[in-house]
Amino acid sequence: MSRVLVGVKRVIDYAVKIRVKPDHSGVVTDGVKHSMNPFCEIAVEEAVKLKEKKLIKEVVAVSCGPTQVTETIRTALAMGCDRGIHVEVSGKDYEAMGPLQISKIFAALAKKEEASLIILGKQAIDDDCNQTGQMTAALLDWPQGTFASEVTIDGEKVKVVREIDGGLETIKISMPAVLTADLRLNTPRYATLPNIMKAKKKKIANMKPADLGVDMVSRVEVLRVDEPPTRLAGVKVETVDDLVAKLRANGTI
Amino acid sequence: MNNIAALFKARKALGLCVSGCRSLSSLAELPEMHQMMRQTCRDYADRELGPIAGKLDKEHLFPGQQVRELGAMGVMAVEVPEELGGAGMDYLAYSLAVEEISRGCGSTGCVVSVNNSLYIGPILKFGTQKQKEQWITPFTTGEKVGCFALSEPGNGSDAGAASTLARQEGEEWVLNGTKAWITNSWDASATVIFATTDKSLKHKGISAFLVPMPHPGLSLGKKEDKLGIRATSTANLILEDCRIPLGNMLGPRGSGFKIAMQTLDSGRIGIASQALGIAQAALDCAADYAHKRTAFGNPIGKLQAIQFKLADMAVAVESARLLTWKAAMLKDAKKPFTKEAAMAKLAASEAATFCGHQSIQVLGGMGYVTDMPAERHYRDARITEIYEGTSEIQRLVIAGQLLKEYAP
Repeated sequence: MSRVLVGVKRVIDYAVKIRVKPDHSGVVTDGVKHSMNPFCEIAVEEAVKLKEKKLIKEVVAVSCGPTQVTETIRTALAMGCDRGIHVEVSGKDYEAMGPLQISKIFAALAKKEEASLIILGKQAIDDDCNQTGQMTAALLDWPQGTFASEVTIDGEKVKVVREIDGGLETIKISMPAVLTADLRLNTPRYATLPNIMKAKKKKIANMKPADLGVDMVSRVEVLRVDEPPTRLAGVKVETVDDLVAKLRANGTI
Repeated sequence: MNNIAALFKARKALGLCVSGCRSLSSLAELPEMHQMMRQTCRDYADRELGPIAGKLDKEHLFPGQQVRELGAMGVMAVEVPEELGGAGMDYLAYSLAVEEISRGCGSTGCVVSVNNSLYIGPILKFGTQKQKEQWITPFTTGEKVGCFALSEPGNGSDAGAASTLARQEGEEWVLNGTKAWITNSWDASATVIFATTDKSLKHKGISAFLVPMPHPGLSLGKKEDKLGIRATSTANLILEDCRIPLGNMLGPRGSGFKIAMQTLDSGRIGIASQALGIAQAALDCAADYAHKRTAFGNPIGKLQAIQFKLADMAVAVESARLLTWKAAMLKDAKKPFTKEAAMAKLAASEAATFCGHQSIQVLGGMGYVTDMPAERHYRDARITEIYEGTSEIQRLVIAGQLLKEYAP
């Protein structure tokens, strides 16, 4: 019976209106409501369901960031994870943190914890990278089942139904493996009050990237952040010929 | 020495928490567990209750599925210990839960509050272990809800004048009489009911009983057609030689009035929380509209008339909320909380009716139609000034406590 690592990222809540900082270095995060990345919620739900089916033994929730991310880990514990790991990253390192650094951390943790599965959300709603799962698998040389809309464990193998552009693709991969959760994989549960109480007693271990031998230096530098251009009003036309003429006139065709 | 004694007496007179209860600084930031609990209830209310609240109200539908889901989350039995099937949390957590649920749907908040405070509350406090297992545990999951039958057609505020009678016949109690305005009646599987066992002892001759529903000898009157909280059922309970085992008496004989009053004390915090949720929903609606609706060339939120209304609404809600939290924290610290609970219920219910009213005013014509929820908040708010002790009774309770503190 196995151990699963689940990644949970603290992001700005999906319902919040995002504002760009006046100096265009990023978005305003101070005092803004944050919550668990929705795809991470789906990943946690899948891991907890596997544990309830007794297919895996232990679910460990992992998050990287400053002290505030422990709230996100606690939410994962309240959903049913057994324990948490908080990898402390703050200041400039945190601002520059991206999929490459995270995947290195997860790869190191997977070896340390002897995990058989890593389940992540397919992407985070703040950077929309969609890279961490793939990179983690590559660093570990593990098979990957990304964009999972259905996961079935069959002995030492995992059957994954993936959502792809053309429809659904079913693959069978061997464990240990990395899975990334897509929207239709499941419907995350609400944290129940008794589980919130139980989460209080569950342990969250603290460590730094250096403890895992991970170098947080980023090769990517954000030069500038801008709001998307305001949507201009459209123009109604009467006929198809008018439409073609207008498109020609503004250089679209 | 005299100065210190006088200072202490003065502090007590001002009702300040002397020691032991959570300090006021924690009112500003709740403990982490409470924040998480509040968030999960808010998420549930936003996603599952908000979208259907209008339909539940229009069609008078009891939110059975939602009650079961809330039961699974532990919200139907917040204070009940885990061994009995509850969430094992404190009254502050319960108050937060009711407020968030009521913000999504005032009726559902009412069902949660009645089940927790009025039905489970007295059994938890006065029941035997066997009674707790029989009458509480099945009511923690949301599969069954309970109700509380004190009021009668002849007496509401005048609770000491209960005319429902209970006489002993062998190994049974036989109940006769009518109870009025019973919330949850048509959806309940049991009731805590009050009847006179010794008429000569006046209010000291009232006892509390547990009656399953349905039960021979207990029938329900017609469902009242109410102004608000229409997803809850309200009806008379009619008892005609309703027979129950002797073991169904709750607490000692003659302690019914005391049980009722103590239950209502706590219940007040629940209703205050429900009123807060409704008030907050009304404020949310108005503030959102103020950003979107334009008049005289700008969003109406730029007009001082609207700003003053929103500010007044926010102050009313926030001050009532702090009163409610204080009452809950005093109760959790096992300190006297009767006065604070009455103040909370009074302030919160008046805040709810005020916010409901002003919210419609901010929305103008849109506030008067069912397309927007403002009219439903206005109607839902109104009952909070009436049930579980009218605003007038609350004032009497508060004055009574105050005068005791200032007694020479």
